[in-house]
Amino acid sequence: MTVDFAAKKPGWFSRLANPGQFLAWTAPFVWPLVALTALLFAVGLYLALIASPPDYQMGQTVRIMYIHVPNAWLSEFIYAVMAVASLGTLVWRHPLADVAAKAAAPLGATFTGLALISGSLWGRPTWGTYWQWDGRMTSTLILFLIYLGIVALWRAFDDPGRAGRVIAVFTLIGALDIPVVKYSVDWWNTLHQPASISLMGDEHMPPSMLIPLLVMTFAFTLLFVTLHLVRMRTEIGRRRLTTLERQAAARLAG
Amino acid sequence: MTAFLAIIGRDLRLGVRVGGEALTLVLFFVMVGVIAPFAIGPESATLARLGPGLVWIAAFLSMLLGLDRLFRLDDEDGSLILFRHAALPFEAIVAAKVIAHWLLTALPLIVASPLLAILLEMDLRAWGLTVASLLLGTPGLVALGTIGAAVTVSLRRGGLIAPVLILPLSIPLLIFGATAASGAEAGIERSALLFVTAISLVALVVAPFAAALALRMGED
Repeated sequence: MTVDFAAKKPGWFSRLANPGQFLAWTAPFVWPLVALTALLFAVGLYLALIASPPDYQMGQTVRIMYIHVPNAWLSEFIYAVMAVASLGTLVWRHPLADVAAKAAAPLGATFTGLALISGSLWGRPTWGTYWQWDGRMTSTLILFLIYLGIVALWRAFDDPGRAGRVIAVFTLIGALDIPVVKYSVDWWNTLHQPASISLMGDEHMPPSMLIPLLVMTFAFTLLFVTLHLVRMRTEIGRRRLTTLERQAAARLAG
Repeated sequence: MTAFLAIIGRDLRLGVRVGGEALTLVLFFVMVGVIAPFAIGPESATLARLGPGLVWIAAFLSMLLGLDRLFRLDDEDGSLILFRHAALPFEAIVAAKVIAHWLLTALPLIVASPLLAILLEMDLRAWGLTVASLLLGTPGLVALGTIGAAVTVSLRRGGLIAPVLILPLSIPLLIFGATAASGAEAGIERSALLFVTAISLVALVVAPFAAALALRMGED
């Protein structure tokens, strides 16, 4: 009987996703990503704040839209990123998936918070109030609370491996529940407030406004990607540091 | 089935004999109803209008407060590890604990609800609708709460985190439950009750699996 001592050669994906390899191959991407994000923001802000026309109803306040809509899009996109990362944690038990989920949570909370703040600043001149219990606003607020709960949960665990697995279960339950929350809030809102103020439909948006909006959305998404990558690298570094400190302490004790 | 019932019986006995937390929860539930008139004024018309919503808020808060005891004691004395390796599937054990927890924390609140109905000057119909919506909605609250308790059981100071996690997720139950209880428009309570039942049933099906998974993942 022969025993095969040669380990199976890992596939390209496993090699890319190995934390050490990940640190190595992502390093050259960080600064180009930062530069590209800055460039897109420069172009997007120029288009949004200077080149695009004011709205015939809302006037200059329509420019808040170019900040608000990308943030609102990211608030949902980042939850999807977290849900996919959680699936990776539970199915493949991959440490990098934990790191991705952990790095995304505070970013999601921040962008959702920005969507709420920019929305209420926009609501004040157009609707005459900072806050309305409108269905979409309410469900974004609840999403914000869910993000904060997940961030609090990450901070409460001391063992990152266990935290990753447990929080992955909760993140996926949240992903199941968020559509239910969204539809019930809509139902509740139409019950109480039949004449809801509807924003202009996308099909009416002229290209002079649509293009800046798309550029800004792309810029914000790239900002998230950059920040996420940097946070993931920091988190891997932090975990290595903890391990090294433990080893040093063990050496001293032994 | 015997083992399933035995676990329900064990949890009920523990709940009744140790600590008397079930009674404290009822006390808290009634106290929320008692303090409400101080905050919003004692006019009977206002109280009657807000009554069903206040009962739901009181029940919601009481249920969230009681979550921590679901798995905490079992985790501390090691029974959770035994359950994990029992002949009965772990999911079934969690389901038994969900039922026992409902009997210990939700049923006493519903039994105490006539007291709140009198304090908040609700009429018979409003009270009946509130009881119906609580009967159908609290199982869903317990089910969602079980997930929160399972996620936080390995935390030494998890007492406050489970309610914070579960509160946003259980807003649909509060919306439909309170709508059904208020019976604001004719015919609306029936559809709201159906929604509450649907959400409760889905939560009851998902929760044992999700909570068992979270408990397994949280092991050392």
